[in-house]
Amino acid sequence: MMAGLSLPGPTVFGLDPLYTGGVGLAEVLITLLKVGVAFALLMVAVMLMIWFERKVISDMQNRIGPNLAGPFGILQTLADGIKLFFKEDLIPEQSDRLVFKLAPYLSLVPAFLVFAVVPVGGNFSGGDGQVSLFGHQTFLQVSDPPVGILLVLAMSSVAVYGVMLAGWSSGSKYPLLASVRASAQMVSYEAALGLSLAAVLLKSGSLSTNQIVAEQSVWNWNLWVTWVVPMVIFLIAATAELNRPPFDLVEAEQELVGGFHTEYSSIRFALFYLAEFMNMITMSAIVVTLFLGGPNGPDFTSVGWLSGVLWFFGKLMLFLFFFVWLRATLPRFRYDQLMDLGWKLLIPLSLGWLLVLASYDVAGDRGWNRAAAVIVALAIMAALASLLALALRAARQRRELDPQGEFV
Amino acid sequence: METAVFIVCAVIVLAGALGVVLSRNPVHAALSLVGTLFGMAVLFLNLEAHFLAAVQIIVYAGAIVVLFLFVIMLLGVDRLEDLSVEPITGQRALAALVGLGTFGLAVAFLVTGDIGVVGVGAQTADITDQYSNLRQIADVLFTDYVYAFEATAALLTISVVGAVVMSRRMGRDDEAQEASGDD
Repeated sequence: MMAGLSLPGPTVFGLDPLYTGGVGLAEVLITLLKVGVAFALLMVAVMLMIWFERKVISDMQNRIGPNLAGPFGILQTLADGIKLFFKEDLIPEQSDRLVFKLAPYLSLVPAFLVFAVVPVGGNFSGGDGQVSLFGHQTFLQVSDPPVGILLVLAMSSVAVYGVMLAGWSSGSKYPLLASVRASAQMVSYEAALGLSLAAVLLKSGSLSTNQIVAEQSVWNWNLWVTWVVPMVIFLIAATAELNRPPFDLVEAEQELVGGFHTEYSSIRFALFYLAEFMNMITMSAIVVTLFLGGPNGPDFTSVGWLSGVLWFFGKLMLFLFFFVWLRATLPRFRYDQLMDLGWKLLIPLSLGWLLVLASYDVAGDRGWNRAAAVIVALAIMAALASLLALALRAARQRRELDPQGEFV
Repeated sequence: METAVFIVCAVIVLAGALGVVLSRNPVHAALSLVGTLFGMAVLFLNLEAHFLAAVQIIVYAGAIVVLFLFVIMLLGVDRLEDLSVEPITGQRALAALVGLGTFGLAVAFLVTGDIGVVGVGAQTADITDQYSNLRQIADVLFTDYVYAFEATAALLTISVVGAVVMSRRMGRDDEAQEASGDD
């Protein structure tokens, strides 16, 4: 089970077996190759994703969508990108020039970095996902730090800066409002994201993405190991974290003109756009890694590494479609609904679910009756939930009696 | 290799720290603080304290400085400070004195070998765990220091409740004043 036990031990670069024999020219070149492939993969994926989203939404709305540039309009994004390059680059007079120029990169870089810890392939059914690359054993991921999944959380919290500073530095009212909204939303949902992730960590016993995937081999996926609820919470929180519909209050056109990047044009706007779609792809990849076993699945090809890669991208497509589907289906939340959902439902629920999972594990360790332990935990959870509901109802009634807040 | 990383990070940390003090714009100061925190995180990585580095980014850069920026933006204090007036008399002389004193202490700590940074007082346990230092931190935190840990949790909860209570009372007072002003 603990596939990592056979490893000779971690190095400063993490658990990747590539670096255990010391770092020479070959190791550096392989690492550079992996970085380059990941970079190119993400760029092409974003290009195709934008096209995919426009096509799928068009189909759902009974229209054709982009169909002129290239076959099926597949080069539309490329054309748009080139057009954006050649547009005039405006910097508002009231803006803080330095921060205004810095902000797009603060959005883009975290989006790239998260993908570094995602295992995109490797055979986990027998081994621990090692593949042979030019005669060197390595993982099919750019890096496998011992704190892998915390890097994801760290980067999603750094991404807040891009949004926040873009809005502030524009020196304009609407972007500022949008960025305050966006950062409040992202900070709130980060809590739910982290807490639902804790359930996975409880079951995997490791923060390294490679070992999380190895633990799920072959059908032992965290989706059912953690009993579905954490994945639902994670998906909702991730959608909010990405500012995707139905949580796209950040760019609510009717209220805020265009959101935090209203004042951006040309290539800087393109960078925000790129970051947004790249975040969607990396977040889907993280969901696949955490809950759907990453590249795990029955081997159906004769080439060892190929089936893992195919499984990974198949599962990834599922979530990318899911995000587009959400956008085409659901209307936007109101701001108070958004905050209520995050703070009053998702965070308590993920805490409660952690309690249930922990009670199941502890009961197993101590030799108690597992079913009884889970029922007791669920009862405690239900009692706490009804207390919370009571408190919320009392608060709402008082607000209705006293809308001005005079007699609080 | 380690020395090179240390030097680069030290430069970033110090530049960030100078930026915090010298920037006239509060938002730029906060951003310099983020630079310092990132430099510190890389220094932790250099010491193979991966978990500490990640937490440094998540908690300090990801939450605390974001809250700083929130306050700066919402309260509209993002204007250039007028440095010609001294709000509290004697403040600057006192600040210089305390700064020099702290610096002196740090230097003294550095040069006294037996108790200082290279002496017995600074020696810590080895990182022996094969996988991560996360497990080691958890072991210590939930056994030897569990009371301190729980007390910290209680303290944080109390401060959150306190903040909520205070903000509510402030709101009522403000409105009461406004109402009386209107009359």
